[in-house]
Amino acid sequence: MKFKTLGRHAREGTKSVWRNGWMTISAVGAVTTTLLLVGVFLALMLNLNEIAGNIEDDVEVKVLVELTADEQQVSELENNLGDLPAVGELTYSSKEEELDELVDSLGDQGKAFELFEQSNPLNDAFIIKPDNPVDAVQIAEEAEAMDQVDEVDFGEEIVQRLFQFNEYARYIGLGLIVGLVFTAIFLISNTIKITIIARKKEIGIMKLVGATNAFIRWPFFVEGLILGVLGSIIPIAAVMSGYYYLYYNLQDRIQFDFIQLLPFNPFAFQLAGLILVIGAFIGVWGSVMSVRKFLKV
Amino acid sequence: MICMIEMKGVYKTYPNGVTALNGIDVHIDQGEFVYVVGPSGAGKSTFTKLMFREEKATKGTVNVNNFNLTTIKEKKVPFLRRNVGVVYQDFRLLPRLTVYENVAFALEVIEESPNQIRRRVMDVLDQVRLKNKARFIPDELSGGEQQRVSIARAIVNRPRLLIADEPTGNLDPDTSWEIMHILEEINAKGTTVLMATHSQEIVNTIRKRVIAIEDGQIVRDEARGEYGYEI
Repeated sequence: MKFKTLGRHAREGTKSVWRNGWMTISAVGAVTTTLLLVGVFLALMLNLNEIAGNIEDDVEVKVLVELTADEQQVSELENNLGDLPAVGELTYSSKEEELDELVDSLGDQGKAFELFEQSNPLNDAFIIKPDNPVDAVQIAEEAEAMDQVDEVDFGEEIVQRLFQFNEYARYIGLGLIVGLVFTAIFLISNTIKITIIARKKEIGIMKLVGATNAFIRWPFFVEGLILGVLGSIIPIAAVMSGYYYLYYNLQDRIQFDFIQLLPFNPFAFQLAGLILVIGAFIGVWGSVMSVRKFLKV
Repeated sequence: MICMIEMKGVYKTYPNGVTALNGIDVHIDQGEFVYVVGPSGAGKSTFTKLMFREEKATKGTVNVNNFNLTTIKEKKVPFLRRNVGVVYQDFRLLPRLTVYENVAFALEVIEESPNQIRRRVMDVLDQVRLKNKARFIPDELSGGEQQRVSIARAIVNRPRLLIADEPTGNLDPDTSWEIMHILEEINAKGTTVLMATHSQEIVNTIRKRVIAIEDGQIVRDEARGEYGYEI
């Protein structure tokens, strides 16, 4: 195809976007709705993935040593724990260190605990980082069976619930996205069908004088692309500003430090790009679907 | 003589069961002027449509301008059509485009260069004597003028074969003669002309080869024939 012909196709495609008036608006509206939901789901899913990943990395098993254990028994326990195959990193944390950490983690409120410095009620502890987060359960079970172990602690429930929630959210989100994308494709293909019917005579003449199918198809291709891209403008603006608000205003209010949203830059821009690509895909696919039928001689 | 159209044992049955052509054998050389006559529904239109692959033969072989239309690939059809100009009874012009644009359209869609388009369009508008109406839209023209625009469009990319399906069907006698003179001129420049018609007067006055079709068969093929066919 010659380069200047591309200009012609672009002109023709743009023209019929205008000419179709309300049909254009309804198709763009369908794409807009679809992409808004797709955008929100994507932002949600990707963040959940990120959070789940962070938590996975943070999984550690804390083995609390009996208060009555003497120094030898503690080092025996250390050896036993170190022999477990799934253990990656094993660190000892004395009860003084445990108290410091508790005080630090509670901030101002933690000052109250400073009183305990003289008669520390906490246990000495071993902190185990598994090579693979999945092995945490096994390590916990084995450690629990050992002598001189008071208690074994790891955030089992939270972690597993989060993983499960994340998985459900992913399936539901994907299902909805696929359904919406198909609806939008269908609406776009209908809009373009109307263009084609309106230009049936013109297409007939084009074929009569020897235009190739590709030549006839291009303007419709452009039209679909324009519809898809127009439909992605509002969702991109909404998702980006929404995320901006969320990231810069709500982040501070969320207390848990394991909830780290993906940073606005570059995440919001990547998301915008993704929405644009999906919009363009919907538009082009819709147009390809409706033109194919009409081009058969 | 170079062969332009050759049909051998051609049958055409439409999906609804109607048989339009029932064993056609014909040979037309380059540069000929041929009338196709016959009653309505005899198969004239189907016969002409086979030549630019608007319809496909159910059986038999069709060769046009060295294209074998029975085996031609879908992708090659546009290139066949660039060698065949078609004129219809109802003109089929694009109502929103000017005369100039209607003719130029045929060159634009085959991606001719703008310079070439300008030169060719003015040439053919001159040939059909419509140069002074280039800026008009079809509605502002008479029927004869509209038909001349459609002829200009059909010949603007210099096809070797011009097919006219009752080109004078909607026109008064005087205007019809005008159209016939233009077709004769085109034929004189070497283009093969195939014209389906119901006009006894034209066929009997401008004497050319006549192919008469009835019930999907060629019943008469004469070098300098007359109109009449048995009913």
